[in-house]
Amino acid sequence: MERTIYREIPASRPVIQLAVLLGGFIAAAAGAVLYIEHNGHIVTGMNNQIVWGLPHVFAIFLIVAASGALNVASIASVFGKTPYKPMARLSALLALSLLAGGLAVLVLDLGRPDRLIVAMTEYNFSSIFAWNIYLYTGFFAVVGVYLFLQMGRNTPYSIVRTAGTVAFLWRLALTTGTGSIFGWLVARSAYDAAIMAPLFIVMSFAFGLAVFILVVTGMCRLTGRPFGKSLLNRLGRLLGIFVALVLYFTGVQHLTNLYAAEHGGIEWFILRDGGIYTQLFWFGQVLIGGIIPLVLVFHPTGGVKPVSTILASVLVILGGLAQLYVIVIGGQAFPLDIFPGFQASSSFMDGQVNAYSPSYLELLLGLGGVALALALTGVGLKILRILPTNLSDGNVGQTP
Amino acid sequence: MRRLVVALLFVTGLLALPAMAGDLGPVIPKATGVAHIEGNLFMRINHMKLMVHDRDMTVHEGDRQVKYSLKACVECHAVNGHDAQPVAVTSEKHFCRVCHDYAAVKIDCFECHNSKPQISSSALLKPEMPDSTEIAAYLKEATQ
Amino acid sequence: MNLPALKFSKTPRDMNRRDFLRSGAALATITLAPGVTLMSFGGEAAANADAGKRWGLLIDVNKCSQDCSACVSACSKENGWKLPENPETDAQWIRKVDLKDLLTGRESSLPMMCQHCEDAPCVDVCPTGASFKRKDGIVLVDKHACIGCRYCMMACPYKARSFIHEPLTDQKAHAPRGKGTVESCTLCVHKVDAGGTPACVEACNTTGNGAMMFGDLNDPESDIAKALLAYPSIALRADLGLNPGVRYSNL
Repeated sequence: MERTIYREIPASRPVIQLAVLLGGFIAAAAGAVLYIEHNGHIVTGMNNQIVWGLPHVFAIFLIVAASGALNVASIASVFGKTPYKPMARLSALLALSLLAGGLAVLVLDLGRPDRLIVAMTEYNFSSIFAWNIYLYTGFFAVVGVYLFLQMGRNTPYSIVRTAGTVAFLWRLALTTGTGSIFGWLVARSAYDAAIMAPLFIVMSFAFGLAVFILVVTGMCRLTGRPFGKSLLNRLGRLLGIFVALVLYFTGVQHLTNLYAAEHGGIEWFILRDGGIYTQLFWFGQVLIGGIIPLVLVFHPTGGVKPVSTILASVLVILGGLAQLYVIVIGGQAFPLDIFPGFQASSSFMDGQVNAYSPSYLELLLGLGGVALALALTGVGLKILRILPTNLSDGNVGQTP
Repeated sequence: MRRLVVALLFVTGLLALPAMAGDLGPVIPKATGVAHIEGNLFMRINHMKLMVHDRDMTVHEGDRQVKYSLKACVECHAVNGHDAQPVAVTSEKHFCRVCHDYAAVKIDCFECHNSKPQISSSALLKPEMPDSTEIAAYLKEATQ
Repeated sequence: MNLPALKFSKTPRDMNRRDFLRSGAALATITLAPGVTLMSFGGEAAANADAGKRWGLLIDVNKCSQDCSACVSACSKENGWKLPENPETDAQWIRKVDLKDLLTGRESSLPMMCQHCEDAPCVDVCPTGASFKRKDGIVLVDKHACIGCRYCMMACPYKARSFIHEPLTDQKAHAPRGKGTVESCTLCVHKVDAGGTPACVEACNTTGNGAMMFGDLNDPESDIAKALLAYPSIALRADLGLNPGVRYSNL
């Protein structure tokens, strides 16, 4: 096992091509934002019933994945697992980039993004949203320091470990905050549940690791640096455990709601009668994002193949987007029960399932956030010594 | 000879200065109503602070009799267009825009507030006959 | 050729308008409430949001009829929002909800608007504090601080809030509203501050069925407090414990 050497990635042709592609997505998103800001949200699919739409699905996915992407660094620094250590820098950088991408989407979808300074200077401390602003900025600071210490020459392990522990605790708080944005909405039967916070934490484990696996293997392949087969397999099995946890918490969430008669309406809507939301739940979240990845990574013979882990990661991301679509939009589509025991109707869609068809502008904005996150990671890799030159099994101390 | 030319150019330059200044500076429309006792300079420097202070009084405390409300600004400083109706902020002639365009400062107020006074058109009709000099001046300008 | 517009010499604008308003307010105080005339002579009027008051509405669902929407049109006219052409995206400060009892089949109809909760979820969740409750219980959006995040719309149990999806012009001076911010019923705060009654209640009492009552819930002598004491009434979603200022009877 040789010493791990971190090197900037070279500006090779494929790297430049990737940068141009990401730049294209970012430019398209910028155009979409200007168009929405000029015309108002009327040009999006969002309305007074579905107030948070596709941009929020992407934004929350990126924010949740951001804290999850830090897992690899935490496992290395806090839990002292040696094979993860060479990837810890990338893990921290990816966490910062994903959070930046997610926040960009969230902020650019505001009705008045020009007033961001108001959000930065005026706080209402009874709002979990305001607390999240602290959690997000704090995350940048804590993970930034953590990354800096990791990259420092001869930083004692005890200091890196302390910084890593702070970052780990901070990311747990951050995801608790993100989950509580929904968990503390007392008015809506689809949310209003304490389980939202731990559910979001396990979601972040899964989504963040899936994104990390794709980025690290992708960058190694792009720059011709070896990545160990057993190491990938190990990451894949860890992903499998996280995916199983998501399924478990999802199961508990729905079983609890089914038991309470007052939540029966929303439960049967999501599980049986919700059309697109039901399909996304069963086929998107449970099958594509849950069962198939589990089979892929834990299959006795197929599971060891690198393609299984890569494919499982892709499916977990797709399933994750489906899950957030069901939570964010499905939860709003189901009508508020203002008059229990009555059938309500009005000009304001009372008592009706609310329709939502996202516009391509919202999709562009969301994809732009993803592209921004990846581009920031790329810039970091280009200018900083983040990515090791050799992540082969022998080199990282991973026994095959 | 050269000196003479330079001197001549200098003098013409000096003569042109006031005209240039007139073109460059904002031409601030006259307001109706009582002048601000604080003076125009004070208002130019501080109007936004006064308005922000008083808007919070109105929005949060419900004080509807504040001294510096946007509604009052818009009423006294209305500039009429060719149709003798007050112009909106979309017009370059609008009182607020004259200076804000000049200083290149974005006005956020009219994203929500009406930039025109809300006085019924009958109230805009002249309640008394204008005096003869005013009519003469109007006719003179109109026929030029 | 530019025709100069005639200068107006003696329009109402020429009068010191603030003085005019103040004297008008003082006059109103004299005629409406003789008991407080001494106060009004005292010079500067105090700020109008009174911490001792709690403004509220009582709606008698029995009197409200399904085919009447006088309150909705009055609100729309007073506050300058157009009656919905595109019900999914247009703002609706007040709406008529038709109800059918699922067990008995009995039909009823009522107006829904911001319920002006004491513990308003919209106020709790607003990150900037733009959504706030006045001392007298009226829940408002300070649009100067609203960033348009719509979290309040997620939090409101009554669907009372609307987001402005399109650029607007020619707003009412007393009801500023603009693209990218959230808004809801203000209980006609501009009228209440001047000692008046919300437009919906006025309309309901003149052209409607007299189903709405407005007043100070804290004042035991007010009509609304007396009615609440005398007849049964409910708060919508009372299970949430928000203590709304709008109550319904005979639902």
